[in-house]
Amino acid sequence: MKYLLLIYEKEADWAAIPEAEKGKIFQEYMDYSKRIRKSGNYIGGEALQPVSTATTVRVKNGKTLTTDGPFAETREQLGGFFLVDAKDLDEAIALAAGIPGSRTGSIEVRPIMPTPPVE
Amino acid sequence: MDLDTLYREERPRALATLIRLLGDFDLAEDGLQEAFAAALEQWPAAGVPRNPRAWLVSTARHKAIDRVRRDKSLAAKQAEIAYLGEVAVPAPGLAEQPFTDDLMRLIFTCCHPALALEAQVALTLKTLCGLSVDEIARAFLVPPSTMAQRLVRAKAKIRGARIPYEVPGSDQLAERLDGVLRVVYLVFNEGYAATSGDALVRRELCNEAIRLGRLLRTLFPDASEVAGLLALTLLHDSRRAARLDERGDLVTLEEQDRSRWDRGQIAEGQALAEAALRRGGAGFYALQAAIAALHAQAVRAGETDWPQIAALYALLLRLHPSPVVALNHAAAVAMGERLDRGLRLIEQLEAGGELQSYHLLPAAKADILRRLGRRAEAAAAYERALELVTHEAERRYLERRLREVRSTP
Repeated sequence: MKYLLLIYEKEADWAAIPEAEKGKIFQEYMDYSKRIRKSGNYIGGEALQPVSTATTVRVKNGKTLTTDGPFAETREQLGGFFLVDAKDLDEAIALAAGIPGSRTGSIEVRPIMPTPPVE
Repeated sequence: MDLDTLYREERPRALATLIRLLGDFDLAEDGLQEAFAAALEQWPAAGVPRNPRAWLVSTARHKAIDRVRRDKSLAAKQAEIAYLGEVAVPAPGLAEQPFTDDLMRLIFTCCHPALALEAQVALTLKTLCGLSVDEIARAFLVPPSTMAQRLVRAKAKIRGARIPYEVPGSDQLAERLDGVLRVVYLVFNEGYAATSGDALVRRELCNEAIRLGRLLRTLFPDASEVAGLLALTLLHDSRRAARLDERGDLVTLEEQDRSRWDRGQIAEGQALAEAALRRGGAGFYALQAAIAALHAQAVRAGETDWPQIAALYALLLRLHPSPVVALNHAAAVAMGERLDRGLRLIEQLEAGGELQSYHLLPAAKADILRRLGRRAEAAAAYERALELVTHEAERRYLERRLREVRSTP
């Protein structure tokens, strides 16, 4: 069975942590991902850029509507995800608008944090 | 031409090219500012270079590169972007087109739909118009720190989410241009509609919107909505001197001293509005410009071509249905055809309930009732409008009308 592990936290709290402390937590993440690679559980994982870089995409009557900011409705629930490579936000938005769910729900487009590769 | 004027003219294109070369808004803006400071020192003695824009771009680029070399944290940021030094600077004496292409890129990036509308407006005023954070904050009545934060966030999103520095392709262009026009329209309205706050800054906003409109017109000479928006802003702005009395109270169109309207702006606006209509595809802005042109044409309020205005509002209502347009249509029908027909349309809108908290609905109704001589009903409608109005000058206007209908026998 595959599982998606979603990480929720308060961005403001994270921003307030001193740099040295951040480095320690980052190292913990590296260690964790190494551990689950070794155990064979790892499939993939990424850190996301802050919600301030998010764009929400909906398609109504064939028209793509974009809004600045994350998906903020509580009436709809997370139903799936695609991880895509796109040359810029415009291409990512176009890809999001192609997802069938963009007509009935919302697609939140979040850029992935560029991270150094793990050896 | 003095150096400030020269800078003002050259700034948008120079900045747009620098942002492409440096891949960073802040680096480009700071570099350009330093380059201009250097120009102020050197040019008066050495003379203005043959191509001042190319000089500004290349000097600013060197200043920016120096800055990146001095500052390690900037260097780290720059490594991420990896643009620096890869792209050629346009050579002095080079054709206009590359600069114009960059300017279009900058406009579409500032008005990108993935940015919040208020951020698009702030970014446009900051980068394209060169207004300071303090000026923009004063114009929008927010603390400077809030406005600064808004700009920082917008630039971070452009960088972080990789909003492209590109002119949209032909399949997107019309829609994206609409977005740009909406930003310019908003800038103008912010300066024109409200009379609270800093009058000078508000005036500046109207001027900037007109300046942006002229710029867009040079870039998109065939788009009728671009001509329409420029016409609309020119025509509205032409009444600026007559709109407020010496106490700062709003003077209605009907009561304005039309000799104080700016005839030059009216002539330019009318020509543009006509061109936009002739070209076809007249939309939201061109139709409103045509209506404004008809108002501007009337030497006295009594000579206003209300039937034509009502017809244009009917067209606008069909293309862009909205309760506010419907209200304007009803008011024009009342003036142009029959008061009671206009009143019936307003009553239908009232029953629809969409404008229940909009003070101009009871105000328009009160006006028609006053003209019909139904004073008691007019007074009740003015009272209702007064409950809803928030703008001080408008409040005083409504109070004056209420006193009139109460006192005249």
